[in-house]
Amino acid sequence: MSAPLLTAEGLTRLYGTRIGCAAVDLQIWPGEVLAIVGESGSGKTTLLNCLSARLQPSAGRILYAMRDGVTRELFAMSEAERRFLMRTDWGFVHQNPADGLRMSVSAGANVGERLMAVGERHYGRIRQTAEGWLERVEIDIDRIDDDPRSFSGGMRQRLQIARNLVTAPRLVFMDEPTGGLDVSVQARLLDLLRGLVADLGMAAVIVTHDLAVARLLSDRMMVMKSGEVIEEGLTDRVLDDPREPYTQLLVSSILQV
Amino acid sequence: MTIRDESPAADEKRSPYNFAYLDEQTKRMIRRAILKAVAIPGYQVPFASREMPMPYGWGTGGVQVTAAIIGPDDVLKVIDQGADDTTNAVSIRGFFAKTAGVATTTRTTEATIIQTRHRIPEAPLSEDQIIVFQVPIPEPLRFLEPRETETRTMHGLEEYGLVHVKLYEDIARHGHIATTYAYPVKVEGRYVMDPSPIPKFDNPKMDNSPALQLFGAGREKRIYAIPPYSSVKSLDFEDHPFEVQRFEAPCALCAATGVYLDEVILDDRGGRMFVCSDTDNCEQRREAGHTGTAAGIGGESQ
Repeated sequence: MSAPLLTAEGLTRLYGTRIGCAAVDLQIWPGEVLAIVGESGSGKTTLLNCLSARLQPSAGRILYAMRDGVTRELFAMSEAERRFLMRTDWGFVHQNPADGLRMSVSAGANVGERLMAVGERHYGRIRQTAEGWLERVEIDIDRIDDDPRSFSGGMRQRLQIARNLVTAPRLVFMDEPTGGLDVSVQARLLDLLRGLVADLGMAAVIVTHDLAVARLLSDRMMVMKSGEVIEEGLTDRVLDDPREPYTQLLVSSILQV
Repeated sequence: MTIRDESPAADEKRSPYNFAYLDEQTKRMIRRAILKAVAIPGYQVPFASREMPMPYGWGTGGVQVTAAIIGPDDVLKVIDQGADDTTNAVSIRGFFAKTAGVATTTRTTEATIIQTRHRIPEAPLSEDQIIVFQVPIPEPLRFLEPRETETRTMHGLEEYGLVHVKLYEDIARHGHIATTYAYPVKVEGRYVMDPSPIPKFDNPKMDNSPALQLFGAGREKRIYAIPPYSSVKSLDFEDHPFEVQRFEAPCALCAATGVYLDEVILDDRGGRMFVCSDTDNCEQRREAGHTGTAAGIGGESQ
């Protein structure tokens, strides 16, 4: 707990002359959940993609504390090391499950893919692990050989989460994990996510425009507008006592039922 | 008006084609690709595949490789699914007999170059032989990862977990590894390679083979190779090891066992027999006096 897991310094991404995100500094500590909120086009997803090394930043650097305790700069690593990190120590949950799953192979193979990628060559053990994970994300075990095309949206999203968590990553990036799901399914998924994050003690970065999701899941949050971070702090502090006018607007625009 | 060659050499009967159809510069280009392929076993080398006088899917890749390596003293054998007498085999053999004037044979042991579609002959190959495979889709990862940029990166970084995802799917759906042809192999512990659609029965023949094995994919514009005496390992799971097909009965014509058999439908009442896929091997055995249970109805004169 003595050092941050991931540190970003002056992270900037430009699309030509347009700004994706500008001069973002942040730290993610082991086991904490950070929410990045803001309206559409505020640079949330650009920032997430830069942090997860899926997008090369125009300026700035990202430091990551590897499992062996050595802190390394992400974009100074070789592509092979970075890709290995991405499929073992990290997870990435896409908003649209079809982007993160292999839709034409069975649920079991989807969960097992990362294990096979790191060298597991025992069918029985892979299947056993896959069964365990399907159970944890509340998918019936008799669906293990069905492909995700036959799954509902909520099931697909839970399968995508299982697929990412199977290698026990220390850091998971989530891009609108509950977007596109109906409200009751969202609630179940949030419950599940909260349980998993707490059980596994992993850190997570969640991008969302839904403040309720941020409130439920996150410890700390950052508010973005026009590519810049305008306010950050503990989630409850930001939501209960927003300082910036924009944040006040955002909080006050939540529909009360 | 056509331009005629009036030189004395034109008096002799000359083929209108360059030796082995392709022009010399093209052959040099293909040879360079072959050399690179041999230097990096299992790596798919891109090459500038030419239009050949046959449709894609008929062996345009194999024909170009053969044309690049064949010399006037070579003896060519061409097989299609093990048979020397099928359309594809006969026409490619005729093609080289006409354009290169080389001797052709159906005997595996007499050939110096064997071009094959989807089989490796039963008779063991020797150091003096080269086997050329016709390949439809050279990329073993293609059906799981459609992007070429991504599969190249995966080969480059040796990320081969995806091949096992395919084998996992087989076991999950069928209870065993149901891939029976184009079974992925790892060459010299590095590149995962598609051995072309040969039955997995033939995979063990590739391992430590004394013959040079060349693979040509004409439409996909790739050449790859296995140098002599290279290790070729079929991928599998610890608890589901690689196995080749087994046949319950011997060849109905020549009583051979331990060879790859084809099913032949005899009538519309379920009658069938299994005969050698390698016709040369079957004929040789029958000449040597081996007789199977259905030797009389095989169409062979008795």
